[in-house]
Amino acid sequence: MSTPLSQAAPAASLHDVAATPAPKPARRAARQAAITEPAWVRWTLLGVALAFIFLFLVLPLAAVFTEALRKGAGAALEALQEPDAWSAIRLTLITAAIAVPLNLVFGIAAAWAIAKYEFRGKAFLTTLVDLPFSVSPVVAGLIYVLMFGAQGWIGPWLQAHDIKIVFAIPGIVLATIFVTFPFIARELIPLMQAQGTDEEQAAIVLGASGWQTFWHVTLPNIKWGLVYGVILCNARAMGEFGAVSVVSGHIRGQTNTVPLHVEILYNEYQSVAAFAVASLLALLALVTLVIKQVVEWRFEREQKAAAELPPERPV
Amino acid sequence: MSTPTPPRRAAKRVLPGFKLTLGYTLFYLSVIVLIPLSALISKTFTLSWLQFVAAVSSPRVLASYQLTFGASLIAATVNAVFGLLVAWVLVRYRFPGKKLIDALVDLPFALPTAVAGISLTALLASNGWIGSLLEPHGVQLAFNRNGVVIALIFIGLPFVVRTVQPVLEDAEKELEEAATCLGATRWQTFRHVIFPTIAPALLTGFAMAFARAIGEYGSVIFIAGNMPMVSEITPLIIIGKLEQYDYAGATAVAVVLLVISFALLLVINALQAWQRRRNGAMT
Repeated sequence: MSTPLSQAAPAASLHDVAATPAPKPARRAARQAAITEPAWVRWTLLGVALAFIFLFLVLPLAAVFTEALRKGAGAALEALQEPDAWSAIRLTLITAAIAVPLNLVFGIAAAWAIAKYEFRGKAFLTTLVDLPFSVSPVVAGLIYVLMFGAQGWIGPWLQAHDIKIVFAIPGIVLATIFVTFPFIARELIPLMQAQGTDEEQAAIVLGASGWQTFWHVTLPNIKWGLVYGVILCNARAMGEFGAVSVVSGHIRGQTNTVPLHVEILYNEYQSVAAFAVASLLALLALVTLVIKQVVEWRFEREQKAAAELPPERPV
Repeated sequence: MSTPTPPRRAAKRVLPGFKLTLGYTLFYLSVIVLIPLSALISKTFTLSWLQFVAAVSSPRVLASYQLTFGASLIAATVNAVFGLLVAWVLVRYRFPGKKLIDALVDLPFALPTAVAGISLTALLASNGWIGSLLEPHGVQLAFNRNGVVIALIFIGLPFVVRTVQPVLEDAEKELEEAATCLGATRWQTFRHVIFPTIAPALLTGFAMAFARAIGEYGSVIFIAGNMPMVSEITPLIIIGKLEQYDYAGATAVAVVLLVISFALLLVINALQAWQRRRNGAMT
Protein backbone atom coordinates (compact mmCIF):
# COMPACT_ATOMS: atom_id res chain seq x y z
CA MET A 1 0.00 0.00 0.00
CA SER A 2 2.95 2.27 -0.28
CA THR A 3 2.16 5.22 -2.47
CA PRO A 4 4.73 7.31 -4.26
CA LEU A 5 4.34 11.00 -4.43
CA SER A 6 2.90 11.86 -7.73
CA GLN A 7 1.20 9.10 -9.61
CA ALA A 8 1.01 7.30 -6.38
CA ALA A 9 -2.50 6.51 -6.07
CA PRO A 10 -3.12 4.39 -9.10
CA ALA A 11 -0.22 2.34 -7.89
CA ALA A 12 -1.99 1.70 -4.66
CA SER A 13 -5.30 0.89 -6.20
CA LEU A 14 -3.99 -1.95 -8.28
CA HIS A 15 -2.85 -3.77 -5.19
CA ASP A 16 -5.76 -2.88 -3.07
CA VAL A 17 -8.24 -4.15 -5.59
CA ALA A 18 -6.88 -7.56 -4.79
CA ALA A 19 -6.92 -6.96 -1.08
CA THR A 20 -10.58 -6.01 -0.85
CA PRO A 21 -12.77 -8.98 -0.03
CA ALA A 22 -16.13 -9.03 -1.75
CA PRO A 23 -18.93 -9.02 0.84
CA LYS A 24 -21.54 -11.72 0.47
CA PRO A 25 -24.82 -10.26 -0.85
CA ALA A 26 -27.08 -11.66 1.85
CA ARG A 27 -25.01 -10.34 4.72
CA ARG A 28 -24.51 -7.10 2.97
CA ALA A 29 -28.14 -5.98 3.13
CA ALA A 30 -28.43 -6.64 6.84
CA ARG A 31 -25.17 -4.88 7.61
CA GLN A 32 -25.85 -1.95 5.41
CA ALA A 33 -28.95 -1.04 7.42
CA ALA A 34 -27.02 -0.94 10.68
CA ILE A 35 -24.13 1.15 9.45
CA THR A 36 -25.38 3.68 7.01
CA GLU A 37 -26.55 7.25 7.24
CA PRO A 38 -30.11 8.60 7.03
CA ALA A 39 -31.31 9.00 3.46
CA TRP A 40 -31.12 12.80 3.43
CA VAL A 41 -27.49 12.69 4.56
CA ARG A 42 -26.67 10.14 1.89
CA TRP A 43 -28.30 12.22 -0.83
CA THR A 44 -26.59 15.41 0.34
CA LEU A 45 -23.12 13.82 0.47
CA LEU A 46 -23.64 12.20 -2.91
CA GLY A 47 -24.92 15.47 -4.38
CA VAL A 48 -22.00 17.51 -3.09
CA ALA A 49 -19.45 14.92 -4.21
CA LEU A 50 -20.94 14.70 -7.68
CA ALA A 51 -21.13 18.49 -7.98
CA PHE A 52 -17.44 18.70 -7.06
CA ILE A 53 -16.53 16.05 -9.64
CA PHE A 54 -18.67 17.78 -12.24
CA LEU A 55 -17.13 21.22 -11.65
CA PHE A 56 -13.52 20.12 -11.38
CA LEU A 57 -13.30 17.14 -13.74
CA VAL A 58 -16.19 16.97 -16.19
CA LEU A 59 -16.37 20.65 -17.10
CA PRO A 60 -12.63 21.14 -17.79
CA LEU A 61 -12.59 18.00 -19.94
CA ALA A 62 -15.69 19.07 -21.84
CA ALA A 63 -14.29 22.58 -22.28
CA VAL A 64 -11.23 21.26 -24.16
CA PHE A 65 -13.35 19.65 -26.88
CA THR A 66 -15.95 22.43 -27.00
CA GLU A 67 -13.32 25.13 -27.43
CA ALA A 68 -11.62 23.07 -30.14
CA LEU A 69 -14.88 22.77 -32.07
CA ARG A 70 -15.98 26.34 -31.52
CA LYS A 71 -15.49 27.18 -35.20
CA GLY A 72 -16.45 23.76 -36.48
CA ALA A 73 -14.55 20.55 -37.03
CA GLY A 74 -12.88 21.94 -40.15
CA ALA A 75 -11.00 24.65 -38.28
CA ALA A 76 -9.87 22.17 -35.65
CA LEU A 77 -8.63 19.71 -38.25
CA GLU A 78 -6.82 22.48 -40.06
CA ALA A 79 -4.81 23.23 -36.92
CA LEU A 80 -3.78 19.60 -36.72
CA GLN A 81 -2.51 19.61 -40.29
CA GLU A 82 -0.03 22.44 -39.74
CA PRO A 83 3.56 21.30 -40.31
CA ASP A 84 4.52 22.69 -36.88
CA ALA A 85 1.84 20.57 -35.26
CA TRP A 86 3.13 17.52 -37.07
CA SER A 87 6.72 18.09 -36.07
CA ALA A 88 5.56 18.58 -32.47
CA ILE A 89 3.65 15.31 -32.60
CA ARG A 90 6.66 13.56 -34.10
CA LEU A 91 8.98 14.89 -31.39
CA THR A 92 6.57 13.88 -28.64
CA LEU A 93 6.32 10.36 -30.07
CA ILE A 94 10.12 10.09 -30.38
CA THR A 95 10.60 11.33 -26.82
CA ALA A 96 8.11 8.86 -25.38
CA ALA A 97 9.56 6.06 -27.53
CA ILE A 98 12.97 6.62 -25.90
CA ALA A 99 11.96 7.57 -22.36
CA VAL A 100 9.38 4.86 -21.70
CA PRO A 101 11.51 1.82 -22.70
CA LEU A 102 14.51 3.16 -20.76
CA ASN A 103 12.40 3.64 -17.65
CA LEU A 104 10.86 0.22 -18.25
CA VAL A 105 14.25 -1.50 -18.20
CA PHE A 106 15.23 0.51 -15.14
CA GLY A 107 11.91 -0.25 -13.45
CA ILE A 108 12.33 -3.99 -13.91
CA ALA A 109 15.96 -3.94 -12.76
CA ALA A 110 15.22 -1.79 -9.71
CA ALA A 111 12.18 -3.86 -8.74
CA TRP A 112 14.16 -7.10 -9.11
CA ALA A 113 16.98 -5.80 -6.91
CA ILE A 114 14.72 -4.21 -4.30
CA ALA A 115 11.94 -6.79 -4.14
CA LYS A 116 13.89 -10.03 -4.43
CA TYR A 117 16.88 -9.38 -2.15
CA GLU A 118 17.68 -7.99 1.26
CA PHE A 119 20.53 -5.52 1.49
CA ARG A 120 21.55 -2.59 3.60
CA GLY A 121 20.35 0.80 2.42
CA LYS A 122 17.33 -0.67 0.65
CA ALA A 123 14.83 1.73 2.20
CA PHE A 124 17.07 4.65 1.28
CA LEU A 125 17.41 3.41 -2.29
CA THR A 126 13.62 3.10 -2.56
CA THR A 127 13.26 6.69 -1.37
CA LEU A 128 15.80 7.84 -3.97
CA VAL A 129 13.85 6.07 -6.70
CA ASP A 130 10.79 8.07 -5.61
CA LEU A 131 12.68 11.33 -5.50
CA PRO A 132 11.89 12.64 -9.01
CA PHE A 133 8.18 12.64 -8.15
CA SER A 134 8.73 15.23 -5.47
CA VAL A 135 10.99 17.50 -7.48
CA SER A 136 9.23 20.39 -9.22
CA PRO A 137 9.27 19.90 -13.00
CA VAL A 138 10.88 23.30 -13.37
CA VAL A 139 13.74 22.24 -11.10
CA ALA A 140 14.00 19.00 -13.09
CA GLY A 141 14.56 20.99 -16.26
CA LEU A 142 16.96 23.36 -14.56
CA ILE A 143 19.34 20.63 -13.38
CA TYR A 144 19.98 19.57 -16.98
CA VAL A 145 20.52 23.16 -18.06
CA LEU A 146 23.07 23.48 -15.26
CA MET A 147 24.83 20.33 -16.38
CA PHE A 148 24.78 20.62 -20.14
CA GLY A 149 24.10 24.33 -20.74
CA ALA A 150 26.74 26.73 -22.04
CA GLN A 151 27.81 27.67 -18.51
CA GLY A 152 27.19 24.21 -17.11
CA TRP A 153 29.49 21.46 -15.90
CA ILE A 154 30.28 19.88 -19.23
CA GLY A 155 28.76 22.59 -21.41
CA PRO A 156 32.08 23.97 -22.69
CA TRP A 157 33.32 20.49 -23.63
CA LEU A 158 30.06 19.77 -25.43
CA GLN A 159 30.29 23.06 -27.29
CA ALA A 160 33.85 22.34 -28.36
CA HIS A 161 32.67 19.06 -29.84
CA ASP A 162 29.55 20.61 -31.31
CA ILE A 163 27.17 18.41 -29.33
CA LYS A 164 23.87 19.99 -28.41
CA ILE A 165 21.97 18.57 -25.47
CA VAL A 166 20.12 21.44 -23.88
CA PHE A 167 17.78 23.40 -26.16
CA ALA A 168 17.81 20.33 -28.37
CA ILE A 169 16.15 16.93 -28.51
CA PRO A 170 18.50 15.07 -26.10
CA GLY A 171 17.67 17.58 -23.36
CA ILE A 172 13.95 17.09 -23.90
CA VAL A 173 14.38 13.33 -23.72
CA LEU A 174 16.50 13.57 -20.54
CA ALA A 175 14.03 15.88 -18.79
CA THR A 176 11.19 13.55 -19.76
CA ILE A 177 13.09 10.54 -18.45
CA PHE A 178 13.61 12.38 -15.16
CA VAL A 179 9.98 13.27 -14.55
CA THR A 180 8.74 9.79 -15.50
CA PHE A 181 11.63 8.02 -13.76
CA PRO A 182 9.78 6.29 -10.87
CA PHE A 183 6.51 5.30 -12.59
CA ILE A 184 7.26 1.72 -13.58
CA ALA A 185 9.61 0.93 -10.67
CA ARG A 186 7.01 2.21 -8.19
CA GLU A 187 4.40 -0.04 -9.74
CA LEU A 188 6.55 -3.18 -9.80
CA ILE A 189 8.32 -2.98 -6.42
CA PRO A 190 5.25 -3.57 -4.19
CA LEU A 191 3.84 -6.11 -6.65
CA MET A 192 7.05 -8.16 -6.74
CA GLN A 193 7.50 -7.83 -2.98
CA ALA A 194 4.01 -9.21 -2.42
CA GLN A 195 4.76 -12.16 -4.68
CA GLY A 196 7.93 -13.11 -2.84
CA THR A 197 10.64 -15.33 -4.31
CA ASP A 198 9.22 -18.84 -3.88
CA GLU A 199 8.25 -19.36 -7.49
CA GLU A 200 11.55 -18.05 -8.82
CA GLN A 201 13.53 -20.17 -6.39
CA ALA A 202 11.58 -23.24 -7.46
CA ALA A 203 12.38 -22.49 -11.09
CA ILE A 204 16.09 -22.08 -10.33
CA VAL A 205 16.18 -25.28 -8.30
CA LEU A 206 14.53 -27.10 -11.21
CA GLY A 207 17.38 -25.95 -13.42
CA ALA A 208 16.06 -22.86 -15.18
CA SER A 209 18.53 -20.10 -16.00
CA GLY A 210 18.10 -16.61 -14.62
CA TRP A 211 16.65 -15.30 -17.88
CA GLN A 212 14.31 -18.26 -18.26
CA THR A 213 13.11 -17.73 -14.71
CA PHE A 214 12.45 -14.07 -15.35
CA TRP A 215 10.82 -14.65 -18.69
CA HIS A 216 8.58 -17.58 -17.79
CA VAL A 217 7.94 -17.10 -14.07
CA THR A 218 8.32 -13.47 -13.05
CA LEU A 219 7.09 -11.71 -16.16
CA PRO A 220 3.68 -13.44 -16.33
CA ASN A 221 3.18 -12.57 -12.66
CA ILE A 222 3.90 -8.89 -13.10
CA LYS A 223 2.43 -8.30 -16.55
CA TRP A 224 -0.55 -6.23 -15.42
CA GLY A 225 1.56 -4.08 -13.14
CA LEU A 226 3.93 -3.60 -16.04
CA VAL A 227 1.21 -2.51 -18.46
CA TYR A 228 -0.19 -0.23 -15.79
CA GLY A 229 3.14 1.45 -15.14
CA VAL A 230 3.93 1.77 -18.84
CA ILE A 231 0.68 3.52 -19.77
CA LEU A 232 0.93 5.98 -16.88
CA CYS A 233 4.58 6.61 -17.68
CA ASN A 234 3.67 7.15 -21.32
CA ALA A 235 0.87 9.58 -20.50
CA ARG A 236 3.18 11.69 -18.39
CA ALA A 237 6.02 11.45 -20.93
CA MET A 238 3.80 12.73 -23.73
CA GLY A 239 2.17 15.40 -21.59
CA GLU A 240 5.10 16.80 -19.61
CA PHE A 241 5.24 20.55 -19.84
CA GLY A 242 7.29 22.27 -17.12
CA ALA A 243 10.55 20.34 -17.31
CA VAL A 244 10.52 20.16 -21.10
CA SER A 245 9.69 23.85 -21.32
CA VAL A 246 12.88 24.73 -19.43
CA VAL A 247 15.21 22.62 -21.59
CA SER A 248 13.57 22.98 -24.98
CA GLY A 249 14.38 26.52 -26.02
CA HIS A 250 10.99 26.60 -27.80
CA ILE A 251 12.34 26.38 -31.31
CA ARG A 252 9.35 25.95 -33.58
CA GLY A 253 9.38 22.91 -35.78
CA GLN A 254 12.49 21.61 -34.00
CA THR A 255 12.27 21.44 -30.23
CA ASN A 256 8.54 21.77 -29.73
CA THR A 257 6.62 18.96 -28.15
CA VAL A 258 2.83 18.82 -28.32
CA PRO A 259 2.26 20.49 -24.92
CA LEU A 260 4.71 23.26 -25.81
CA HIS A 261 2.98 23.71 -29.15
CA VAL A 262 -0.30 24.14 -27.29
CA GLU A 263 1.29 26.87 -25.19
CA ILE A 264 2.66 28.72 -28.23
CA LEU A 265 -0.67 28.64 -30.05
CA TYR A 266 -2.50 29.73 -26.93
CA ASN A 267 -0.15 32.65 -26.31
CA GLU A 268 -0.64 33.72 -29.92
CA TYR A 269 -4.40 33.86 -29.28
CA GLN A 270 -5.00 31.02 -31.71
CA SER A 271 -7.50 29.56 -29.30
CA VAL A 272 -9.18 27.08 -31.62
CA ALA A 273 -5.85 25.71 -32.83
CA ALA A 274 -4.51 25.49 -29.27
CA PHE A 275 -7.55 23.56 -28.08
CA ALA A 276 -7.56 21.37 -31.19
CA VAL A 277 -4.02 20.23 -30.42
CA ALA A 278 -4.88 20.05 -26.71
CA SER A 279 -7.80 17.76 -27.50
CA LEU A 280 -5.30 15.26 -28.93
CA LEU A 281 -3.67 15.19 -25.50
CA ALA A 282 -7.05 15.00 -23.80
CA LEU A 283 -7.92 11.99 -25.99
CA LEU A 284 -4.63 10.41 -24.97
CA ALA A 285 -5.60 10.97 -21.34
CA LEU A 286 -8.99 9.34 -21.89
CA VAL A 287 -7.43 6.35 -23.66
CA THR A 288 -4.97 6.06 -20.76
CA LEU A 289 -7.81 6.03 -18.24
CA VAL A 290 -9.71 3.38 -20.21
CA ILE A 291 -6.66 1.08 -20.48
CA LYS A 292 -5.93 1.62 -16.80
CA GLN A 293 -9.47 0.63 -15.89
CA VAL A 294 -9.38 -2.47 -18.08
CA VAL A 295 -6.07 -3.51 -16.54
CA GLU A 296 -7.51 -3.08 -13.04
CA TRP A 297 -10.52 -5.23 -13.89
CA ARG A 298 -8.42 -7.98 -15.44
CA PHE A 299 -6.02 -7.95 -12.52
CA GLU A 300 -8.93 -8.14 -10.10
CA ARG A 301 -10.45 -11.03 -12.03
CA GLU A 302 -7.21 -12.97 -12.11
CA GLN A 303 -6.69 -12.43 -8.40
CA LYS A 304 -10.20 -13.67 -7.70
CA ALA A 305 -9.70 -16.71 -9.92
CA ALA A 306 -6.42 -17.44 -8.14
CA ALA A 307 -8.07 -17.07 -4.74
CA GLU A 308 -10.72 -19.63 -5.65
CA LEU A 309 -8.16 -22.30 -6.55
CA PRO A 310 -7.65 -24.92 -3.85
CA PRO A 311 -4.42 -24.38 -1.90
CA GLU A 312 -1.51 -26.22 -3.47
CA ARG A 313 0.51 -26.66 -0.34
CA PRO A 314 -0.01 -26.42 3.37
CA VAL A 315 0.81 -22.96 4.67
CA MET B 1 26.88 -0.72 -2.12
CA SER B 2 27.10 -2.73 1.00
CA THR B 3 28.05 -6.27 1.79
CA PRO B 4 25.48 -8.15 3.82
CA THR B 5 26.41 -10.62 6.48
CA PRO B 6 27.32 -14.09 5.14
CA PRO B 7 24.44 -16.16 6.58
CA ARG B 8 21.92 -13.81 5.02
CA ARG B 9 23.59 -14.14 1.68
CA ALA B 10 23.41 -17.90 1.79
CA ALA B 11 19.70 -17.78 2.53
CA LYS B 12 18.61 -15.05 0.15
CA ARG B 13 20.90 -15.11 -2.84
CA VAL B 14 19.60 -18.19 -4.58
CA LEU B 15 18.24 -16.01 -7.36
CA PRO B 16 20.77 -14.73 -9.87
CA GLY B 17 21.04 -11.16 -11.08
CA PHE B 18 21.52 -9.24 -7.85
CA LYS B 19 24.76 -7.55 -8.91
CA LEU B 20 23.49 -6.88 -12.41
CA THR B 21 20.17 -5.34 -11.41
CA LEU B 22 21.43 -3.39 -8.40
CA GLY B 23 24.41 -2.17 -10.40
CA TYR B 24 22.22 -1.02 -13.26
CA THR B 25 19.77 0.59 -10.84
CA LEU B 26 22.54 2.59 -9.18
CA PHE B 27 24.10 3.52 -12.52
CA TYR B 28 20.84 4.75 -14.04
CA LEU B 29 19.83 6.53 -10.83
CA SER B 30 23.18 8.32 -10.74
CA VAL B 31 23.15 9.38 -14.38
CA ILE B 32 19.56 10.59 -14.48
CA VAL B 33 18.96 11.85 -10.97
CA LEU B 34 21.91 12.08 -8.61
CA ILE B 35 24.61 13.65 -10.79
CA PRO B 36 22.30 16.31 -12.28
CA LEU B 37 20.99 17.12 -8.80
CA SER B 38 24.53 17.50 -7.54
CA ALA B 39 25.14 19.93 -10.40
CA LEU B 40 22.41 22.04 -8.84
CA ILE B 41 23.97 21.83 -5.39
CA SER B 42 27.47 22.61 -6.64
CA LYS B 43 26.19 25.58 -8.62
CA THR B 44 24.75 26.93 -5.38
CA PHE B 45 28.21 26.91 -3.83
CA THR B 46 29.42 29.37 -6.45
CA LEU B 47 27.30 31.89 -4.56
CA SER B 48 28.46 33.42 -1.31
CA TRP B 49 26.09 33.04 1.64
CA LEU B 50 25.04 36.67 1.37
CA GLN B 51 24.38 36.38 -2.35
CA PHE B 52 22.34 33.25 -1.72
CA VAL B 53 20.26 34.94 0.97
CA ALA B 54 19.74 37.98 -1.24
CA ALA B 55 18.62 35.79 -4.14
CA VAL B 56 16.13 33.76 -2.14
CA SER B 57 14.71 36.59 -0.05
CA SER B 58 14.12 39.49 -2.42
CA PRO B 59 10.61 40.91 -1.98
CA ARG B 60 9.37 39.47 -5.25
CA VAL B 61 10.63 35.98 -4.34
CA LEU B 62 9.16 36.23 -0.85
CA ALA B 63 5.80 37.19 -2.33
CA SER B 64 6.00 34.12 -4.55
CA TYR B 65 6.65 31.81 -1.56
CA GLN B 66 3.67 33.31 0.18
CA LEU B 67 1.46 32.66 -2.83
CA THR B 68 2.83 29.19 -3.56
CA PHE B 69 2.53 28.02 0.04
CA GLY B 70 -0.76 29.74 0.77
CA ALA B 71 -2.45 28.54 -2.41
CA SER B 72 -1.02 25.01 -2.02
CA LEU B 73 -2.25 24.85 1.57
CA ILE B 74 -5.74 26.01 0.63
CA ALA B 75 -5.88 23.66 -2.36
CA ALA B 76 -4.65 20.67 -0.33
CA THR B 77 -7.20 21.43 2.39
CA VAL B 78 -10.04 21.63 -0.13
CA ASN B 79 -8.79 18.36 -1.59
CA ALA B 80 -8.68 16.74 1.83
CA VAL B 81 -12.31 17.65 2.54
CA PHE B 82 -13.76 16.89 -0.87
CA GLY B 83 -11.39 13.98 -1.52
CA LEU B 84 -12.60 12.32 1.67
CA LEU B 85 -16.17 12.96 0.59
CA VAL B 86 -15.61 11.52 -2.89
CA ALA B 87 -13.81 8.48 -1.47
CA TRP B 88 -16.65 7.94 1.00
CA VAL B 89 -19.32 8.19 -1.68
CA LEU B 90 -17.39 5.84 -4.00
CA VAL B 91 -16.84 3.20 -1.33
CA ARG B 92 -20.07 3.33 0.64
CA TYR B 93 -22.86 4.29 -1.75
CA ARG B 94 -24.20 2.71 -4.89
CA PHE B 95 -25.34 4.95 -7.69
CA PRO B 96 -25.47 4.83 -11.48
CA GLY B 97 -22.27 5.88 -13.20
CA LYS B 98 -20.16 5.06 -10.16
CA LYS B 99 -17.51 3.15 -12.10
CA LEU B 100 -17.25 5.96 -14.61
CA ILE B 101 -16.70 8.52 -11.87
CA ASP B 102 -14.21 6.27 -10.12
CA ALA B 103 -12.19 6.10 -13.34
CA LEU B 104 -12.55 9.82 -13.97
CA VAL B 105 -10.97 10.71 -10.62
CA ASP B 106 -7.55 9.93 -12.12
CA LEU B 107 -8.04 12.42 -14.94
CA PRO B 108 -5.67 15.02 -13.41
CA PHE B 109 -2.90 12.38 -13.42
CA ALA B 110 -3.48 11.58 -17.08
CA LEU B 111 -4.33 15.00 -18.50
CA PRO B 112 -1.23 17.07 -19.36
CA THR B 113 -0.96 20.08 -17.07
CA ALA B 114 -0.83 22.56 -19.94
CA VAL B 115 -4.15 21.25 -21.22
CA ALA B 116 -5.67 21.54 -17.74
CA GLY B 117 -4.33 25.08 -17.51
CA ILE B 118 -5.82 26.39 -20.74
CA SER B 119 -9.07 24.53 -20.19
CA LEU B 120 -9.60 25.92 -16.67
CA THR B 121 -8.72 29.37 -17.97
CA ALA B 122 -11.29 29.05 -20.75
CA LEU B 123 -13.92 28.04 -18.19
CA LEU B 124 -13.20 30.79 -15.71
CA ALA B 125 -12.36 33.71 -18.02
CA SER B 126 -15.07 36.34 -18.22
CA ASN B 127 -16.45 34.81 -21.43
CA GLY B 128 -16.23 31.22 -20.19
CA TRP B 129 -19.02 28.92 -18.98
CA ILE B 130 -18.37 29.61 -15.31
CA GLY B 131 -16.70 32.99 -15.56
CA SER B 132 -19.63 34.51 -17.42
CA LEU B 133 -21.99 33.39 -14.66
CA LEU B 134 -19.85 34.86 -11.91
CA GLU B 135 -18.72 38.09 -13.49
CA PRO B 136 -22.04 39.96 -13.00
CA HIS B 137 -21.64 39.24 -9.27
CA GLY B 138 -18.17 40.75 -9.22
CA VAL B 139 -16.40 37.42 -8.70
CA GLN B 140 -13.27 36.89 -10.77
CA LEU B 141 -11.61 33.50 -10.67
CA ALA B 142 -9.14 33.68 -13.56
CA PHE B 143 -5.94 35.72 -13.85
CA ASN B 144 -5.51 36.23 -10.12
CA ARG B 145 -4.74 34.25 -6.96
CA ASN B 146 -8.12 32.48 -7.09
CA GLY B 147 -7.06 30.95 -10.38
CA VAL B 148 -3.87 29.57 -8.81
CA VAL B 149 -5.88 27.86 -6.06
CA ILE B 150 -8.34 26.38 -8.55
CA ALA B 151 -5.60 24.97 -10.78
CA LEU B 152 -3.90 23.45 -7.73
CA ILE B 153 -7.18 21.89 -6.56
CA PHE B 154 -7.50 20.27 -9.99
CA ILE B 155 -4.01 18.77 -10.11
CA GLY B 156 -4.15 17.53 -6.49
CA LEU B 157 -7.65 16.08 -6.66
CA PRO B 158 -6.82 12.38 -7.02
CA PHE B 159 -4.32 12.11 -4.16
CA VAL B 160 -6.66 12.14 -1.17
CA VAL B 161 -9.30 10.06 -2.94
CA ARG B 162 -6.78 7.38 -3.89
CA THR B 163 -5.08 7.20 -0.51
CA VAL B 164 -8.31 7.15 1.54
CA GLN B 165 -10.35 4.89 -0.76
CA PRO B 166 -8.46 1.61 -0.16
CA VAL B 167 -8.38 2.19 3.61
CA LEU B 168 -12.12 2.78 3.69
CA GLU B 169 -12.63 -0.37 1.63
CA ASP B 170 -10.59 -2.41 4.07
CA ALA B 171 -12.11 -0.83 7.17
CA GLU B 172 -13.80 -3.42 9.34
CA LYS B 173 -17.51 -2.83 9.30
CA GLU B 174 -17.86 -4.92 12.46
CA LEU B 175 -16.41 -2.05 14.43
CA GLU B 176 -19.07 0.30 13.11
CA GLU B 177 -21.78 -2.25 13.86
CA ALA B 178 -20.46 -2.60 17.37
CA ALA B 179 -20.48 1.18 17.83
CA THR B 180 -24.07 1.34 16.57
CA CYS B 181 -25.12 -1.50 18.88
CA LEU B 182 -23.52 0.31 21.80
CA GLY B 183 -25.74 3.29 21.07
CA ALA B 184 -23.42 5.59 19.17
CA THR B 185 -25.01 7.96 16.70
CA ARG B 186 -23.81 7.73 13.14
CA TRP B 187 -21.75 10.93 13.59
CA GLN B 188 -20.16 9.62 16.78
CA THR B 189 -19.28 6.41 14.96
CA PHE B 190 -17.70 8.38 12.16
CA ARG B 191 -15.86 10.70 14.53
CA HIS B 192 -14.52 8.06 16.92
CA VAL B 193 -14.37 4.82 14.90
CA ILE B 194 -14.03 5.54 11.20
CA PHE B 195 -12.05 8.76 11.25
CA PRO B 196 -9.13 7.48 13.36
CA THR B 197 -8.75 4.58 10.92
CA ILE B 198 -8.51 6.78 7.85
CA ALA B 199 -6.66 9.71 9.46
CA PRO B 200 -3.14 8.55 8.45
CA ALA B 201 -4.25 7.99 4.86
CA LEU B 202 -6.03 11.32 4.80
CA LEU B 203 -2.92 13.11 6.05
CA THR B 204 -0.74 11.25 3.54
CA GLY B 205 -3.03 12.31 0.72
CA PHE B 206 -3.04 15.86 2.01
CA ALA B 207 0.76 15.95 2.15
CA MET B 208 1.05 14.51 -1.36
CA ALA B 209 -1.40 17.02 -2.80
CA PHE B 210 0.46 19.80 -0.99
CA ALA B 211 3.87 18.63 -2.22
CA ARG B 212 2.62 18.32 -5.77
CA ALA B 213 1.04 21.78 -5.62
CA ILE B 214 4.25 23.44 -4.41
CA GLY B 215 6.15 22.37 -7.51
CA GLU B 216 3.32 22.70 -10.02
CA TYR B 217 3.96 24.90 -13.03
CA GLY B 218 2.12 23.94 -16.20
CA SER B 219 -1.48 24.31 -15.14
CA VAL B 220 -0.94 27.42 -13.01
CA ILE B 221 0.85 29.76 -15.38
CA PHE B 222 -2.04 29.95 -17.82
CA ILE B 223 -4.62 30.89 -15.24
CA ALA B 224 -2.61 32.92 -12.75
CA GLY B 225 -2.11 36.11 -14.72
CA ASN B 226 1.48 35.98 -13.42
CA MET B 227 1.62 39.49 -12.00
CA PRO B 228 4.86 40.05 -10.05
CA MET B 229 4.25 40.36 -6.29
CA VAL B 230 0.62 39.28 -6.75
CA SER B 231 0.10 36.08 -8.67
CA GLU B 232 3.57 34.85 -9.56
CA ILE B 233 4.37 31.34 -8.27
CA THR B 234 7.86 30.29 -7.18
CA PRO B 235 8.55 27.92 -10.11
CA LEU B 236 7.78 30.82 -12.44
CA ILE B 237 10.37 32.93 -10.60
CA ILE B 238 12.95 30.28 -11.52
CA ILE B 239 11.89 30.42 -15.18
CA GLY B 240 12.01 34.22 -15.11
CA LYS B 241 15.53 34.24 -13.72
CA LEU B 242 16.63 31.68 -16.32
CA GLU B 243 15.24 33.80 -19.12
CA GLN B 244 17.39 36.67 -17.86
CA TYR B 245 20.41 34.32 -17.77
CA ASP B 246 20.55 34.68 -13.98
CA TYR B 247 21.54 31.03 -13.54
CA ALA B 248 22.86 31.51 -10.01
CA GLY B 249 19.66 33.22 -8.86
CA ALA B 250 17.51 30.54 -10.49
CA THR B 251 19.61 27.86 -8.80
CA ALA B 252 19.28 29.47 -5.38
CA VAL B 253 15.49 29.56 -5.57
CA ALA B 254 15.47 26.03 -6.99
CA VAL B 255 17.48 24.83 -3.99
CA VAL B 256 14.87 26.29 -1.67
CA LEU B 257 12.13 24.39 -3.54
CA LEU B 258 14.25 21.24 -3.59
CA VAL B 259 14.86 21.32 0.16
CA ILE B 260 11.14 21.73 0.76
CA SER B 261 10.43 18.79 -1.57
CA PHE B 262 12.91 16.61 0.35
CA ALA B 263 11.36 17.58 3.66
CA LEU B 264 7.87 16.79 2.37
CA LEU B 265 9.07 13.47 0.95
CA LEU B 266 10.38 12.52 4.38
CA VAL B 267 7.11 13.60 6.01
CA ILE B 268 5.14 11.50 3.51
CA ASN B 269 7.38 8.48 4.13
CA ALA B 270 6.85 8.85 7.87
CA LEU B 271 3.09 9.17 7.39
CA GLN B 272 3.03 6.03 5.27
CA ALA B 273 5.00 4.12 7.87
CA TRP B 274 2.48 5.29 10.48
CA GLN B 275 -0.36 4.14 8.25
CA ARG B 276 1.21 0.72 7.74
CA ARG B 277 1.74 0.33 11.48
CA ARG B 278 -1.81 1.32 12.25
CA ASN B 279 -3.35 -0.91 9.60
CA GLY B 280 -0.98 -3.73 10.48
CA ALA B 281 -1.92 -3.49 14.14
CA MET B 282 -5.59 -3.83 13.35
CA THR B 283 -5.58 -6.82 11.05
